[in-house]
Amino acid sequence: MSGGFRLDLAGLEPGPAQVWGGVRLVPLLRAEPVEGLRLHAELYRDGYGVVATGPRTAYTSYIPHGFVADWGADAGRTGQAAAYGTQLRGGPGGRDEGPVACVPLTAHRRMARREAKHRLRFLPLHLALEGYLSLHFGGPSIAWEHWSREALRRGLSPRAEEAYRGAEVGGLDDALRVFEVHPRQCGTVVYVADATAAVFAVPHPEDYRALHHTLLLDLYGELVHQYGLFGAPVPEFRPALGDPDSLPELRAAVAREERGWREFHDGTMAAGLLDAPYRAQRVYRAGPFTLQRFLPAFRPHQENHIGEAITTRNGRIAYLKTFRLSEAQVRRGHLLTRLAANDWQFGATAGELKVTEAELARRLTSAGFGHLLRQDIADGFRAAARRRPG
Amino acid sequence: MGRGACAVPGAPEGLVAAEDVLLFVNAAVTSTGQREFHGGADEQRMSLEFLHAYMLGNYRELYAAALALGVNDHNAALIVRHLLRTAAEADPGQRRTEGALIARRLELLPPQRVYALFAELRAARVNNRRTRAVVRDWLAGRPDPAFDAVKYHAGMKGALRHAHLRPANEELGRFLFAPRGGARFGHPLLEARRRARYEQAALFELPFTVAEGFAARHGIPREVFLERIAPRLTRLERLRTQESARRSGAAAVPADLSRMPLTRLASYVLALPVPDRVARRAELTAALAAAARRTAGARAGSWGRVTAVLDDSYSATASGQKRRRPLAVALAAHFLLAALAGSYRALWTSGRTDALLARPQGPTPLGARLLDALESGPDLVLVVSDGFDNAPPGLAAEVLRVWRTRIDPAGRAGVVHLNPVYDADGFDVRRLSPAVPTAGIRDAEDLPALVELAAFATGRTGMARLRAHLDTRIAEFLAPGAPAGGPAAPTGAAAGGPDVPAARQDVPAGGTTGGTTGGAA
Repeated sequence: MSGGFRLDLAGLEPGPAQVWGGVRLVPLLRAEPVEGLRLHAELYRDGYGVVATGPRTAYTSYIPHGFVADWGADAGRTGQAAAYGTQLRGGPGGRDEGPVACVPLTAHRRMARREAKHRLRFLPLHLALEGYLSLHFGGPSIAWEHWSREALRRGLSPRAEEAYRGAEVGGLDDALRVFEVHPRQCGTVVYVADATAAVFAVPHPEDYRALHHTLLLDLYGELVHQYGLFGAPVPEFRPALGDPDSLPELRAAVAREERGWREFHDGTMAAGLLDAPYRAQRVYRAGPFTLQRFLPAFRPHQENHIGEAITTRNGRIAYLKTFRLSEAQVRRGHLLTRLAANDWQFGATAGELKVTEAELARRLTSAGFGHLLRQDIADGFRAAARRRPG
Repeated sequence: MGRGACAVPGAPEGLVAAEDVLLFVNAAVTSTGQREFHGGADEQRMSLEFLHAYMLGNYRELYAAALALGVNDHNAALIVRHLLRTAAEADPGQRRTEGALIARRLELLPPQRVYALFAELRAARVNNRRTRAVVRDWLAGRPDPAFDAVKYHAGMKGALRHAHLRPANEELGRFLFAPRGGARFGHPLLEARRRARYEQAALFELPFTVAEGFAARHGIPREVFLERIAPRLTRLERLRTQESARRSGAAAVPADLSRMPLTRLASYVLALPVPDRVARRAELTAALAAAARRTAGARAGSWGRVTAVLDDSYSATASGQKRRRPLAVALAAHFLLAALAGSYRALWTSGRTDALLARPQGPTPLGARLLDALESGPDLVLVVSDGFDNAPPGLAAEVLRVWRTRIDPAGRAGVVHLNPVYDADGFDVRRLSPAVPTAGIRDAEDLPALVELAAFATGRTGMARLRAHLDTRIAEFLAPGAPAGGPAAPTGAAAGGPDVPAARQDVPAGGTTGGTTGGAA
């Protein structure tokens, strides 16, 4: 099931940003933690007790994707398992959905991970990324003559994307290390060279403190990596208080500055993320909480974020994680959505994009989807393109 | 580049020199070449090396004078090393002053640092006549050569060799250079050291650090060892081993906390888990208050209305090398100011009100706290912070600017910023605002002198005044029986002895050790 969706950070108010080099981290503060949703208690061996809830209160928990824990029954030979995608679970008060879906960790999987030296091979574990990868994964829905037999039979498979681990993003590790977590902080917006790189939000400040460092283990797109590599240090936004003449006026000026920053952040800095329309797909519902993943409209040359969110009944965000697509990824998503919107009709899509069919074929090839086209048709387009410029 | 580290065209020469000196003193008071929260150890060392080279090259006299200004031990050793390395460049007048300053400062340094300095000089092949004279005079001034020979065996041996000196007597020479001869020693300590290799009882007559190795070799359980070595522990060793002794069940070690130096005590308190602090609240508070009263001395209660803004943000954790140092300075300052002030109010950046339970956590809303502090109508606002004001960044500077230019241009209320952290990139401690003086601080004990120094730290002092001040300080420093070098206090009233003379720190706190002649502190 899918529908329109708009990211709304209501209840998560931006705090003063902290800058380190080219990375700006904006804390998201909650006045009140979200009731009834916490990290799954089993994930922590000790400490992290769960707040006791009343007899008829449903306790819901979520398990961030990839959290390695010992699940006993489900685990493989090694006795360790990783949560497969972010999940929602009902607890003691509500209905229990049985064991957590998890992947046994084996030597084989780990080796596969280490395959590339400086780049992390992309594991389709992340719920949102999985959503992006499976975009029109089935391939052409109608067997138009343009599409190759392979495309009709196997769709886009195999589909792979590359991303960088947070530790590879220049300066992010130091910025996270020296970042001073606010007492009410439940999330962070990460800016690299002042480009929105990711948003991360959780329901409770204690969850955030436990997961702050996982921002370093998250995946970031190529754009963010390049900005981290080449970006110069960004300036701090320092308040200017004018010339008040008394302490009450000074205090008012300070409050005005704080309000100004909040408006500036939500209205300008994060505008590309918050103002964009998204298409959401509901994955799971547990009590009042809905886990969904969302995809952007794939507008080329603009900010496009994919992500996963847990929302409460009134649409407030309890958990959020986003990933900024790189330009090439946006292009691929754009092409696929346009093709799908035109029922995979080649000519109609070219017409909508206002390009020739040969140009569309070239774009498909450079986006890595060349194998979808029938070989003779693709060759024909190439030959035509060679003949024309003269 | 630092503000003063390059000459500003058109500025009067004296002003630049004065700024450079103050900048250097700030660095030399705070930096220990160790890792900080925001910067690595290498950055700190490189930055410090640059400042030392710059000062030595441009203002040799002022550089040497810094020895009288309460710079920390790390920097004092560096200064001595650089001065001795370039001894040939000094003229005879400079040499005389330098010699006196070096000799006096080495007396005040802990002996292990001096022996390490001699080893560095040896490694750098600095062996001019002055260096040998300095080594000779310092060794001659040691109260008990036998004790040094046992506790600092390698150091003493190296120093004697490097300076071509004869040991104090034949027996000591044999102990240092031919210890495996097998013959007995007349001196009880040397004999104990010889016997300790095969006799457990003998090692309990040795200094703690030496005995520790033997205890491990003989397989003596830790609690037994600590119980029996307790009388040999120096004051700081006793404080240091408190908690491990408590854990291993040795009952005899507990120290009289109220006799400990204030900042060390604050560090100790902050290292305790919160439940322990709650359980021992009365004891710890009393000890801190007693240490503060002792430090305040005659000035207690004379400061009027004081409000302190104390930084307990997450960055006060410092690093693994300097654990919670900025927070310890803030906590010590809290108790000291409570003793100094007529009426005192503390504002922690976290909003916490219970100082004893201070934890480094959360952001640094210095601007908001300063605003609260100024609203309380104090005579003096004292900020102890590393200067990383981040919630929002730069608000403190704006509040101080408005306060100084619009609300209180006459300067009725003084505002002083003390910074315990050296910023390697800026070649200085981080400042909050140009409107407010900032000084580096290492031990909270120096706080009174540093606040008086505030007049100098605004950076508008001419060279003549600074030079006059330095001359007074040098005279005080070199005068017989002078207190151990506090920081540069502009008035004659020096810091009131911020700590026990460092040279006595290797002597057990009990003061009754066999063969140790130096009286206990």
